[in-house]
Amino acid sequence: MKIDDATVRNIARLARIKLDEGEDKTLESELTGILQWVEQLGEVDTDGVEPMTCVTDRQIEMRKDEITDGGYADEIVRNAPERAGNFFVVPKVVE
Amino acid sequence: MSEPTRLTIAETRDALAEKKFSAEELAQAHISEIERANEALNAFILPTPEHALDMARASDARIAKGGAGALEGIPLGIKDLFCTKGVRTTACSHILDGFEPGYDSTVTQNLWDAGAVMLGKLNCDEFAMGSSNESSYYGPVINPWRRAGSDAPLVPGGSSGGSASAVAAHLCQGATATDTGGSIRQPASLTGTVGLKPTYGRCSRWGIVAFASSLDQAGPLTRSVRDSAIMLGAMAGHDPKDSTSVDTPVPDYEAAVGQSIRGLKVGIPREYRMEGMPEEIEALWKSGIDWLKSAGAEMVDVSLPHTKYALPAYYIVAPAEASSNLARYDGVRYGLRVDGDDIIDMYEKTRAAGFGAEVKRRVLIGTYVLSAGYYDAYYIKAQRVRTLIKRDFEDVFEKVDVLLAPSTPGPAFAIGEKSGDPIEMYLNDIFTVPANMSGLPGISIPGGLSGEGTPLGLQLIAKAFDEEMLFRVGHVIEEAAGELPTPDNWWSKS
Repeated sequence: MKIDDATVRNIARLARIKLDEGEDKTLESELTGILQWVEQLGEVDTDGVEPMTCVTDRQIEMRKDEITDGGYADEIVRNAPERAGNFFVVPKVVE
Repeated sequence: MSEPTRLTIAETRDALAEKKFSAEELAQAHISEIERANEALNAFILPTPEHALDMARASDARIAKGGAGALEGIPLGIKDLFCTKGVRTTACSHILDGFEPGYDSTVTQNLWDAGAVMLGKLNCDEFAMGSSNESSYYGPVINPWRRAGSDAPLVPGGSSGGSASAVAAHLCQGATATDTGGSIRQPASLTGTVGLKPTYGRCSRWGIVAFASSLDQAGPLTRSVRDSAIMLGAMAGHDPKDSTSVDTPVPDYEAAVGQSIRGLKVGIPREYRMEGMPEEIEALWKSGIDWLKSAGAEMVDVSLPHTKYALPAYYIVAPAEASSNLARYDGVRYGLRVDGDDIIDMYEKTRAAGFGAEVKRRVLIGTYVLSAGYYDAYYIKAQRVRTLIKRDFEDVFEKVDVLLAPSTPGPAFAIGEKSGDPIEMYLNDIFTVPANMSGLPGISIPGGLSGEGTPLGLQLIAKAFDEEMLFRVGHVIEEAAGELPTPDNWWSKS
């Protein structure tokens, strides 16, 4: 699969990463190289093979649905670049 | 009595019990060594000497009262991927600038509960993405080892390059590390240290900055197999805060060190004999086989047919999980924020400025393979291949107790030598990735020196939750290989 310029800009948009002038050109060739390399997986016959969903064979246990933690909002917002009281501040979203 | 910084964890434990020195003196010796060495090696990105001395004094008080823990007073370095309460944690990324967690990761908390002392936070590749420690926002780490007759700086491997360099240069007695595709075993191989990746689920992942959640596992980097067993014993255990951590008792790992390997069956996977494999790697592997045979083990030729597909499958699964995990860095809750015209612009500018080139590459690959129309062709295909890779191991472990293979395709390389081509860098993990893809434990143990005079490691892989087998067989390799010569200390200022 060849990744073209428009595809690079589209996935960068989906990933919310702004690309500099020229950065998209470099990524175009790097991502194409990586994807062409992983396409060797096409050689493997995987008909009837279940995709892995969990690497361990152990059953994950259900826990009780109860509150075990919390009550320290101030601690949660302490590292925010911008805060107001116990709220995160973001640029205006709704006019 | 030799310098406290020259001792292993096991030797230090005895010396502290015999009151040959105090935990405070031990911490001070390491703090001084870090001050002399760190400018040259760049292993620590944040030394915490005051913190270390406070913890060491508390250790001395517990030793005096007779309540010493398993790692009482032992000075450790902590990879910057582990959250440490009130101490800056950035995963060596610009995007986590100034982040101070209000909590410790479960693994670090377990270490403090066992009496360990934190010397500081260690450098690593940004978000643990790399095999040379060159992608860190804080600059590359330098390997204390150099090629014979050369001053050229070598990489320590990655992503746990700071951990490996610091342990190899005796700046700490052991270090925490994490391994998603080889990030403990590969740097251990390149620095002549012992690196263990435990079984997926053996150590809690809670409070460790996530890279690829189905592959990430924390483990120790140490200077001996016994030290590795001691550290894992303190790090491991069930944690209700990580639903993938397994509720199975933590054995006495140290008891496995020194046990006979007579009659054990050691698998030699033929697919690890790659085309173009350097002769010295082949020779090292042969030495390992001879050592284990002399100790009474039986070698069995085995096949893991899907080995060559592990790395390309990994480069779909790991970036896919990373793109999802790293979505949380949006300039809202912590770390860097770059203002924009609106909220989307703010996200895009923050992530553009905050992520380095390798992280961007992987987030974009991950976004692509998970996007509509490509999900089945890439992601689901890779997960099917992963099932086959795991099945290969299940089949061979019907016949053998442990597998022996090289840890890396070559010794330490120079800074800048492989950073131009992503795929060439990825190939460093060709021997280590299969264990991650299958959730199995693996260890790298120094096996000897390359033709350039730099270390090379041998790798053992065992069944899930059979870390004891790795310590048991690993100790035999360690004894047979003998201690590597110590690299000449060029890095410490007088």
